[in-house]
Amino acid sequence: MIEVKGLNKSFGDVQVLRDINAQFFKGKVNIIIGQSGSGKTVLTKCMVGLHEVDSGTVTYDGTDFASLNFKEKTRIRKDIGMLFQAGALFDSMTVEENVMFPISMFTNQTLAERRDRAHFCLERVNLTNAYQLFPAELSGGMKKRVAIARAIANNPKYLYCDEPNSGLDPKTGLVIDQLIQEITEEYDITTIVITHDMNSVIEIGEHIQFIYKGENWWQGTKEEILRTDNKEVSDFVYASKFMKRVRQDLAKAQ
Amino acid sequence: MPSGIALLKLGQSQPLPLPPLGLRCRLPPFFTAHDESTAISSKVIRRRGERLMGGKGTTRQTAFYCLAGSGQKAYFWPQMFKLLTHIGRYLLWMGRVFRRPEKMRIFRQRIFDEVVAVGYNSVGLVALVSLFMGAVLTIQLAYNLESPLIPAYTVGLGVRDSILLEFAPTIISIILAGKVGSSIAGEIGTMRVTDQIDALDIMGVNSTGYLVGPKVIAAMISNPIIVMISMILGIFGGWLAGILTGEVASSTYIYGIQYWFQPYYITYALIKTVVFAVVITSIPAYFGYHTTGGALEVGRASTVSVVYSIVVILIFNLLLTQMLLQ
Repeated sequence: MIEVKGLNKSFGDVQVLRDINAQFFKGKVNIIIGQSGSGKTVLTKCMVGLHEVDSGTVTYDGTDFASLNFKEKTRIRKDIGMLFQAGALFDSMTVEENVMFPISMFTNQTLAERRDRAHFCLERVNLTNAYQLFPAELSGGMKKRVAIARAIANNPKYLYCDEPNSGLDPKTGLVIDQLIQEITEEYDITTIVITHDMNSVIEIGEHIQFIYKGENWWQGTKEEILRTDNKEVSDFVYASKFMKRVRQDLAKAQ
Repeated sequence: MPSGIALLKLGQSQPLPLPPLGLRCRLPPFFTAHDESTAISSKVIRRRGERLMGGKGTTRQTAFYCLAGSGQKAYFWPQMFKLLTHIGRYLLWMGRVFRRPEKMRIFRQRIFDEVVAVGYNSVGLVALVSLFMGAVLTIQLAYNLESPLIPAYTVGLGVRDSILLEFAPTIISIILAGKVGSSIAGEIGTMRVTDQIDALDIMGVNSTGYLVGPKVIAAMISNPIIVMISMILGIFGGWLAGILTGEVASSTYIYGIQYWFQPYYITYALIKTVVFAVVITSIPAYFGYHTTGGALEVGRASTVSVVYSIVVILIFNLLLTQMLLQ
């Protein structure tokens, strides 16, 4: 479990995060939602230590991450997998080499073993015919799948996904969402997904955290978010015509 | 001048009361205006500026005026302080470059790859430049030393010493700073803005050591070899030009390049080359690594890094020459 307590972060005079308190549960897809610029990505970057926090704590299974030194942080980071918004695949490496990279860096496996593991992870994300391609030769959906394969290559305990289906068509987005959910259940990992796509929230969200203007505004389940009377949350959730229709249907059903 | 500026001391940074629009003011020397995070250059001001005042060389005035006009908060940092901050940050960052690698096998492989990228791929350019420079040096010396009092072999001696002492180590390093440095800043800068460096950090890899360490070591290995090639080809180019133009006889030139030869010149050149190798790889890597933004900033980091590398090479050239040739 990952726990955030009283987290504050500012850049210069601009305070981006204010007193964030949150819990992210093991074996569940935890979702952070909020408008663009609300501080979702900054929150995750603070949680993985890419940004120094001004105050507050982030604990990984009881260990305060911010108080650790570089070596100790590195030990925890080996248990973290992250899927970046644009994939962040290494341009100079093939798909296979990208997935093999974390295994090569942190294990003493032979080349054959590393290759087997990379192929297994790529098969897990349904990508079996692109081993020797370079990232520049892949489509958006394929890049995301390779990034997921790389993120799970070292059996992480914690998986961060920054807008995993942004820039993808709805069908491919759904495939990625389902893949994240399956992997979370299969390996019993703590998954945190940042998104502003309500389809993802409804599809895979189990524990939802709503960030509004850098503040921890609301948290609950996907059933609760559809029925909340919190104005800001409701405005966000029912922004699209489709979701407005969903609200009407829900009201009729009640 | 507003009293707020006059009260500023070296190293101080604080928001100042801004003068009303239209008030002329001048910042003290060595001070520069910054907005929240970015240094205000004259180009930025022209884009943002409400009105411009003054003519040439009024950048500081303009910066202050435009900030005042646009209602932004103005910060004044002494430029010297900014430079010291960069030097301190660079030294701390270099400490991370030489941390023990996570996997020695991968680190070694990366050094070999970088020897090809940094060294081998530059040989063609260096060979071409050295041949022509040697040739031009011979023709120029022969043209300028047309006197019965100066022996003809002086041409060979002059070409040899010019190439060994200055051309091969310093000029070739400056050329490599342009070729290799811009490529390193561009590569690492792009990795930074596309989150690839963040991906390395999150995996628990020391991104600085993994990306920059092999480049620095590869340059320290390959640049001395490149400089030796440059020395040989430069002297050969001079010989070729002497024969082809008929300015210097082959035997005279060969006598000249052997005359009063001091092997220490080679040592001196190679010591300089190794120091310059660290400069032309680490400075562009530093600028690339700390790039923020997008393609525009990567391009800017690339240009700035080459300029800084060349300036630092020239400063070290002076210092090392003073130290090694005393």
